[in-house]
Amino acid sequence: MALARAEVEHIAALVRIGLTKEEVEIFREQLSNILEQFELLKQLDTGSVIPTGHAVELDTVMRDDIPREPLSSEEALRNAPRREGDFFRVKAVLEE
Amino acid sequence: MGVAELWQLTIHEARAGLDGRDFSSVELTRSCLDRIGQVEERVKSFVTVTEELALKQAESADDALASGGSGPMTGIPVQLKDLICTQDIPTTCASRMLENYLPVYNATVTEKLFEQGAVLLGKGNMDEFAMGSSCENSAFFPTHNPWDLRRAPGGSSGGAAAAVAAGETVFALGSDTGGSIRQPASLCGVVGLKPTYGLVSRYGLIAFASSLDQIGPVGKDVTDCALALNAIAGYDGRDSTSLLLEASDFAAGLTEGLNGVRLGIPDEYFGAGMEEGVRAAALKAVKTLEGLGASVEPVSLPTTEHALACYYIIAPSECSANLARYDGVKFGYSYQDTPDMWQAMESARQYGFGPEVKRRIMLGAYALSSGYYEAYYRKAQQVRTLIRQDFARVFERVDALVTPTSPVVAFPLGEKTADPVQMYLIDVCTLPVNIAGLPAISVPCGFSEGLPVGMQLIGPHLSEERLLGIAYAYEQAAEWYKVRPGL
Repeated sequence: MALARAEVEHIAALVRIGLTKEEVEIFREQLSNILEQFELLKQLDTGSVIPTGHAVELDTVMRDDIPREPLSSEEALRNAPRREGDFFRVKAVLEE
Repeated sequence: MGVAELWQLTIHEARAGLDGRDFSSVELTRSCLDRIGQVEERVKSFVTVTEELALKQAESADDALASGGSGPMTGIPVQLKDLICTQDIPTTCASRMLENYLPVYNATVTEKLFEQGAVLLGKGNMDEFAMGSSCENSAFFPTHNPWDLRRAPGGSSGGAAAAVAAGETVFALGSDTGGSIRQPASLCGVVGLKPTYGLVSRYGLIAFASSLDQIGPVGKDVTDCALALNAIAGYDGRDSTSLLLEASDFAAGLTEGLNGVRLGIPDEYFGAGMEEGVRAAALKAVKTLEGLGASVEPVSLPTTEHALACYYIIAPSECSANLARYDGVKFGYSYQDTPDMWQAMESARQYGFGPEVKRRIMLGAYALSSGYYEAYYRKAQQVRTLIRQDFARVFERVDALVTPTSPVVAFPLGEKTADPVQMYLIDVCTLPVNIAGLPAISVPCGFSEGLPVGMQLIGPHLSEERLLGIAYAYEQAAEWYKVRPGL
């Protein structure tokens, strides 16, 4: 199944990845080729098959709620590209 | 053996030498570091070498040995794939996105190895975020196969397999989402084990596809993989998918006979696209296993041909969710030269991620998007059920399956990078194992055109002890481990 350029641009916007015009075309072609491989699945009748999300049988796991020392602000902020005091600094989210 | 050649040792040989006081951990570590100095320029298996830390840890190990307080890992050098968190030591995922990332905590496997006295030599190169099959998707440099430096080591744990094969480390830990431990182990002529999903904690393993990812060892022989698994397996409350199990000794089943062992040969794993030399080596290995007393019968796993599509829907879908965290705000690559926050985020991801990572994020987002979810993601999860059922059915009759690990031997660098689908097809024999959460091991089983071929043994959930036992019996009979690359 062949993707249109607009579809690639739409997906890129959804996942917030900037693309050049050339990249849109390269990914359009490559993703279309990959999607073509997926057509094979249509051969299988999966009407009543229960989906598997997790390959190993596992029930919801509970653990005791024991208070622990969390990361300090200093540790949490250590890898921040931009910080201001004890905050992550970002560009304005809302326009004035 | 002089102290200069200690880098050649396995874990169990080094253990005997350290415990017998034949040499010290500092001498062993120094020998590995010298070996790195000698070959790393050609192999390029390390993103970071932690020489100073390694020598400090080796000194502590020697103190522990002197005071009689040593364990199975005390003083043994290891390389960790660069997506396993190491506190205060760069953990890059071989990505520009995390090039300067310094974890504030250790992964559980790191913590376990450090507590047991292992010595960290450094961090292993890999395909960016573990997405790839050749190590060529590393944002920094490709790794070269020690058997032929013009060829790829496989991937994504190419650094782990190449470092072990080249003797730069005694053993390594990699991660395996679709074959990323077994396939490079096969291409580099070493042993690689992908444990049952949940046997080894994923806490501190930087996520790619959370329902498929699993950490495992790469070693010079089967015994080393068993010993390494002993060191890292076990329940961890910090990983909610960790299996609650009693500790067991995975080296306990290493015996040389295979009487009563039933092996299945799935026809579908010897199909089109397989090199003749690979097929011949794998079939010869089956004969050897029969000679050791195992019974062999043909089995069929009809859904095998659907595993590739199933995997390339599920893994990218999970990846698109997991990698949404890289927004250039809290950590990682950041791009500020834009008018607003949204463009800053788009630019951070545009320049921080390489092409394969972008491809998979977009593919996953597409498979999960409104209107396509039923046709792709839900369908793939249903096929996942059918693949699991196929395996469950054959494991009623046989103890393990024998297949080639990779349909091809190590290929020239650059040969498969232009076409993503060609690269994906290399993992056709390993992907189904992750889809079903099974354990599997790759063991060297000969050579084709002078390059190593690997045999894969696949077993039911938590059959590691038996798989290691079969692999060990084969290894001792075939003796391929005695052939090392002439580097």
